[in-house]
Amino acid sequence: MEQFRANLLICAGTGCVASGSLKVKAVLEDELKKKNLQNEVQIVLTGCNGFCAKGPLMVVYPEGIFYQGLNPENIPFLVEEHFLKGRPVKNLMYIPPVEKSPIPLMRDIPFFSHQILRVLRNRGLIDAEKIDEYIARDGYLGMGKALLEMTPEQIIQTVKESGLRGRGGAGFPTGLKWEFCAKAQGEVKYILCNGDEGDPGAFMDRSVLEADPHAVLEGMAIGAKAIGAHQGYLYVRAEYPLAITRLEIAIAQAKEYGLLGKNILNSGFDFEVEIYQGAGAFVCGEETALMTSIEGKRGMPRPRPPFPAHKGLWQKPSVLNNVETLANIPQIILNGGQWYASLGTEKSKGTKVFALTGAINNIGLIEVPMGIPLRQIIYDIGGGIPNKRKFKAVQMGGPSGGCIPESLIDTSVDYESITQTGAIMGSGGMVVMDETTCMVGIARFFLEFTQEESCGKCVPCRVGSNVMLNMLHEITEGRGKEGDIELLQELAEQIKDTSLCGLGQTAPNPVLTTIKYFRNEYEAHIKDKYCPAHSCLALLKFEVNPKLCKMCGLCVKDCPVEAIKWEKKQVAVIDKEKCIKCKTCLANCRFMAIE
Amino acid sequence: MSGLTIEDLKRIKEDYRATATLREGGFRVKVTVHMGTCGLAAGARKVMTALMDEVIKEKVKDVIITTSGCAGLCSREPMATVELIDQPPVKYVDLDGDKIVRIFSEHVLSGKPVQEYALVMGSETTY
Repeated sequence: MEQFRANLLICAGTGCVASGSLKVKAVLEDELKKKNLQNEVQIVLTGCNGFCAKGPLMVVYPEGIFYQGLNPENIPFLVEEHFLKGRPVKNLMYIPPVEKSPIPLMRDIPFFSHQILRVLRNRGLIDAEKIDEYIARDGYLGMGKALLEMTPEQIIQTVKESGLRGRGGAGFPTGLKWEFCAKAQGEVKYILCNGDEGDPGAFMDRSVLEADPHAVLEGMAIGAKAIGAHQGYLYVRAEYPLAITRLEIAIAQAKEYGLLGKNILNSGFDFEVEIYQGAGAFVCGEETALMTSIEGKRGMPRPRPPFPAHKGLWQKPSVLNNVETLANIPQIILNGGQWYASLGTEKSKGTKVFALTGAINNIGLIEVPMGIPLRQIIYDIGGGIPNKRKFKAVQMGGPSGGCIPESLIDTSVDYESITQTGAIMGSGGMVVMDETTCMVGIARFFLEFTQEESCGKCVPCRVGSNVMLNMLHEITEGRGKEGDIELLQELAEQIKDTSLCGLGQTAPNPVLTTIKYFRNEYEAHIKDKYCPAHSCLALLKFEVNPKLCKMCGLCVKDCPVEAIKWEKKQVAVIDKEKCIKCKTCLANCRFMAIE
Repeated sequence: MSGLTIEDLKRIKEDYRATATLREGGFRVKVTVHMGTCGLAAGARKVMTALMDEVIKEKVKDVIITTSGCAGLCSREPMATVELIDQPPVKYVDLDGDKIVRIFSEHVLSGKPVQEYALVMGSETTY
């Protein structure tokens, strides 16, 4: 096979493709040819590298040099300097927010160095569209071991020992789930993969599918042997075209190699996989709704029991695992349950992938050991809050979860500790909010989402969430009434207790946690008709508070209608006649001086 | 290729060992060809090409080839530095395609520096 002296690993995850990594790749190919380096330097397209905020990204081996923020204009110089003359280009390297000098090596960048990669072990390191590169990283050896050397009972025992819990959010022990289904009566069984990632701000599963699709297929095959299934379905939402393409390629390659299909690795075991594209209904992430959707019906949940382990897809015993859960399996089989359980807390083992987003410097995809303090994620990996703003809260678990305020920032990230705060571990969305985020507004945002996505089957979710949403709307518009908070809490408890599926049971969580930790903000909206975060448009007066104004003039700079008057050493004045309430000045002001 | 066995998987992994060395580290020898303007003008590209041909021909999996800028001794270019793990680096001068092939076979593969082409041993390390 060909050999190269350097490998350029360009991130081709959705984030970097959007910021132009494929254009960078095209120019890079041309420039390498011009310098006659195409036989010495290899370009490899990888899945999501994780550091999405800085894309397009490229890591250069053997040195391990990390380039960020590339654009086609940089490339000719980079090729000549680094790939021909061996002089890494400093001004394309990463500079941390508070420092001045660039960090050349990927492993020295705090964003990467605090992470432990298990699920994402191949991210940015292999070409997701080449099965050989996956195999070269011990790919399919776990499946080989499971199919050739282990009984279903041994596989289940190993997964139980690992302590792995469902990464979709609920945290049910995976080994136990498999055991229930393995013991269920029935000739035909199914293993399903849930790739219907729908939380706003979450992109963990998409990144795993894009960067390492074979890991998920391998995990499914191992699960199939454990429960006695020969057919698997990957339910992936149609809004993930790149993930679906890579999966299709991966399935075709695995079939060609005989790693899927009949008599896999001469073990006598048969396993086939099919992709089913979801149409993007949030409720289809719920297991019974997902199965109904695969059956070709409208995706709606049904009461449990019977549980899917006994009557799932087409009334046959079925197991549904999340993408991340399945991607953990090959490593667990290969290295043993105890190896996996060596990381984490007493009840939460291994690692968790999070999509870090919102008001944070290092937006991206991270994998951290269970039990890591939230503070370390926000400040060491995330690099803190941009624009010198203050950290306010982090929303975990998306619309089903809740917020964790600044006072609890030292909370350990594990299932039990996070649940105690009122939030949930969830599938891994982590939305960071600073002082300019209105907590009533954020509760309204998430409830608006779940209310719209409610399938309408049961009354508490369909009607109750709508009533709550209208109340939140009124509060943010300045029409809140005494007693609204108590009524919201009462409604929330009722909806939680009486809804049919997880969607309704968790929909009130954002409201409950924001009331719990930021009741003063609700009260300010209701009693004083004032939004402490200066965010709710109806409650903004567009006046400059002379006590807070530092007379810097930043507010004047971007006003599109020149409605602000300001002179040096003078408090700015907003002309309300001209003002169009676009909030540009609020975003610019560093001192929350515009009310 | 279809109906793979575990042995096939291991063989594919072995085939990729050179790539793994490149991306994950764990190399035994690093050869740096100095490719500053002076080096390129004196023929460093030919040295590099000859070296890459040898790497492919000999199917070595634990050697990485890299480039660096001017080594500071422009009059003696093309130059290359060979570093074996745990041994001081050796700088070679006045190279051409044939000389680098001999260095590759004697020093890189067999561990014996080629005295007559060498300038110095244990100089400063690059990067």
